[in-house]
Amino acid sequence: MDRSPYVTESPSVSVIMLKVMLALVPGIVAYVWMFGSGVLISLALASVTALVAEAAMLKVRSRPVMPFLLDGSAMVTAWLLALALPPLAPWWLIVVGTLFAIVVAKQLYGGLGYNPFNPAMVGYAVLLISFPVLMTQWPAPLAIAGAKLSFMDQWNYIFNRVLPGGIGLDAISSATPLDTLKTQLRLQHSMESITSAPLFGQFGGKGGEVVAGAYLLGGLYMWQQRIITWHIPVAFLGALALMSGVAHVVNPEHYAGPLFHLFSGASMLCAFFIATDPISGPTTPRGKLIFAAAIGVLTWLVRVYGGYPDGVAFAVLLLNICVPLIDANTQPRVFGHPK
Amino acid sequence: MLSKIFKFNGGVHPPENKLESTGRPIQKLGIPDQLVLPLRQHIGNLPKLRVQAGDHVLKGQLLAEAEGTISAAVHAPTSGTIVSIEEQLIPHPSGLPDVSITLKTDGQDQWLPHQAIDWQQLAPADLAKSLRESGIVGLGGAAFPTQVKLRPASGPGLKYLIVNGAECEPYITCDDLLMRERADEIVKGIEIAQHLLKAENCIVGIEDNKPEAERAMREACAKSSLKITVAVVPTLYPSGDARRLTALVTGIEVPSGKRSTDVGVQVFNVATLLSVYRYLTFGETTTSRIVTVTGNVRNPGNYEVLLGTPVEFLLEAAGGALSDTNGLIMGGPMMGFQLPAAKVPVIKATNCIIASAPRLFPEPPPAMPCIRCARCADACPVSLQPQELYWFSRAKNLEKARDYQLFDCIECGCCSYVCPSDIPLVQYYRFAKSEIIAQDKAKEAANLARERNEFRLSRIEREKQERAAKHAQKAAGAKADAAPADDAKKAAIQAAMARAQAQKTEVTPQNTENLSPKVQAEIAEADARRAEAEGASAVDAANQEQQEG
Ligand code: SF4
Ligand code: SF4
Repeated sequence: MDRSPYVTESPSVSVIMLKVMLALVPGIVAYVWMFGSGVLISLALASVTALVAEAAMLKVRSRPVMPFLLDGSAMVTAWLLALALPPLAPWWLIVVGTLFAIVVAKQLYGGLGYNPFNPAMVGYAVLLISFPVLMTQWPAPLAIAGAKLSFMDQWNYIFNRVLPGGIGLDAISSATPLDTLKTQLRLQHSMESITSAPLFGQFGGKGGEVVAGAYLLGGLYMWQQRIITWHIPVAFLGALALMSGVAHVVNPEHYAGPLFHLFSGASMLCAFFIATDPISGPTTPRGKLIFAAAIGVLTWLVRVYGGYPDGVAFAVLLLNICVPLIDANTQPRVFGHPK
Repeated sequence: MLSKIFKFNGGVHPPENKLESTGRPIQKLGIPDQLVLPLRQHIGNLPKLRVQAGDHVLKGQLLAEAEGTISAAVHAPTSGTIVSIEEQLIPHPSGLPDVSITLKTDGQDQWLPHQAIDWQQLAPADLAKSLRESGIVGLGGAAFPTQVKLRPASGPGLKYLIVNGAECEPYITCDDLLMRERADEIVKGIEIAQHLLKAENCIVGIEDNKPEAERAMREACAKSSLKITVAVVPTLYPSGDARRLTALVTGIEVPSGKRSTDVGVQVFNVATLLSVYRYLTFGETTTSRIVTVTGNVRNPGNYEVLLGTPVEFLLEAAGGALSDTNGLIMGGPMMGFQLPAAKVPVIKATNCIIASAPRLFPEPPPAMPCIRCARCADACPVSLQPQELYWFSRAKNLEKARDYQLFDCIECGCCSYVCPSDIPLVQYYRFAKSEIIAQDKAKEAANLARERNEFRLSRIEREKQERAAKHAQKAAGAKADAAPADDAKKAAIQAAMARAQAQKTEVTPQNTENLSPKVQAEIAEADARRAEAEGASAVDAANQEQQEG
């Protein structure tokens, strides 16, 4: 009987998730354009796995299946994970990562709204630790690849691990620019000689920087649609730029500049799509700034000093742990309370 | 005259749906056969009955008088005969009945002789008494007794007298129409309030979606010798909430848990001031009010309605509710509540009746889990963290909810309005608040019981001592009989008393003489606290008052 307010305006959870997926489309298009259509196969694989796993888990936990399947959150997790994985990885790698994300990181913690960790990043981190070699086999940008694979060739490679005759793995794959930069610097190569290699583009990696730009576009769309606020992208990108900028000014021979960091690896994906996951992130404006800035700093540290080429996943997971602490200490002043 | 407009966090802008009911001027509704007048139409104590069944009363005659500090009188809205005084369904969210006077009208509408009150000459104490008899309460919806807020200032006056014409809830237009049609009378009411409270500044706050009302008020204010500022505030719910409006037009945040007068501010609704004017200038008590009837009715509009008029009578005047009507809401769609029946009366707090239909207010989809999107926090005009409050309320972690300032929540519904998971957040907060209040009361009662028990034990002990003393006295008396020596008798009595006294201090090491008044004081204090809590029902009195204006 008592149910005020009688009116509501909000988009449903499904609509929000749908808009997130829509915002990813430019990035996916750029990805296909720059690196080939393999990523579409991993997106499809991850989606199907996520939906099946989500439905099965909801059934096991005797929750209503349809409303939760339709909320779209499983699909978003699947897409983010697929976009973070190397698209030429064997099919089972994507399936295992997605299963881990949905079954363990999401459903076992209580499903939508209850997961303390970003499910996609949990899936990613588990794969990175368990199968480090497979996780470094990235497709070379089409512009410089030694050979081009048709869609069917990529399908065959993903499912059967066979390449068309005469094409070796190294003709179609390469290390990422972040990875290359790190190993080459360790070998005392000069920054200039490293970044003038064909793998590198205008300011990030060749191809990768275009995809990053497309993610940025999608992120701006989400901001305009008020699905995310500015806090997390600005603080994350700002902190990353600041760290790399200062280091670069101090020693340009040893540290890549801010633009390189912003447009390489998973920076843009993290800024707009991963660190902005509301469920595993803080809710207060100040909390968001602290959370995202810390991820930015950690990401840079891992990239420069750590054992892995990119640090986004670990940085996000580490900060996920701190969320309750951050929230509790950044409560905004309530109206009518002392300043 | 442009005045600076400040800001508060959040707020929402739901579809206004006001045009439906502003097309026609205010219409006067006839006299129904019967009026039902609940004794409690305000926040505070139940007024004391002054009539009984069978009495014939005239329009404006006192039926029940204010009782205690916070209370309001009830008058007969028209002439007629009282047929009963018993519990009836009233328009209240609880849906529970309350004591009400049923008046059979005689159609004469004959006034009790009344005259102007010479308020400019009256001594402050007499004026306060007179206002107490007026029965005027805040007509903006919360119905806080106006006499409490209009006590003539003895010391320095108010800094700001704020007149609330914001009317931010969708659908409601009664204040809008009142300002358009009776701006002069409202301004006279402002002049009276300014005089009584010695206010330095008078500001009328109106949302920018009421240009006609704004123009009318500006013209009326220009005619006044008083300097009255008309401040146009953006249309953003809940700008009409007294504390939000105060912040908007003065930049002052009334501190949490304090009253607005503590910072030199008092807020009155436009219709309330009009009533004050009519009462002091003509001696007319409040017998009617303007009610917006809208939503799923044939002819939405505003009506001047006698208090006690059945809502169904009012609906008929508006052309009747359409066939798919599934309920009646009193108030606006953001904070209103469902009426328990169509026959309940219009009371002083009834500003709007909305006939609801699935088309207007569809059932919300089933709630999903909270996704921590913080849209609610962005929308909360009190800068609370609704998602945390929800979490704590749901987990019955009541202490945490209180820590996160649950009691600052004004139940405005902005958070639910924007929640993508369609969680009935406000219901969770109401539940948690009532749980906390119940727990506090239980705790208080337990303390009280413990103190009473201690008091009882000490009394038993004292009586025992007294008996012992008497006993000793008797024994001494008997002895004295044998040897009639007054001195000896006295000495014996004193010795017995001293023994008893010594024993007493031994048994009860506390200072029992002091215990009794102390306990009594504490009992009295606890009673006062409880009475206060009851008077203010779910929310504390200060919070209730803020809706009023
Ligand atoms: S708006 Fe609803 S879903 Fe979002 S944080 Fe608030 S309560 Fe949770
Ligand atoms: S109902 Fe309470 S918590 Fe929700 S927006 Fe209003 S004041 Fe904030």
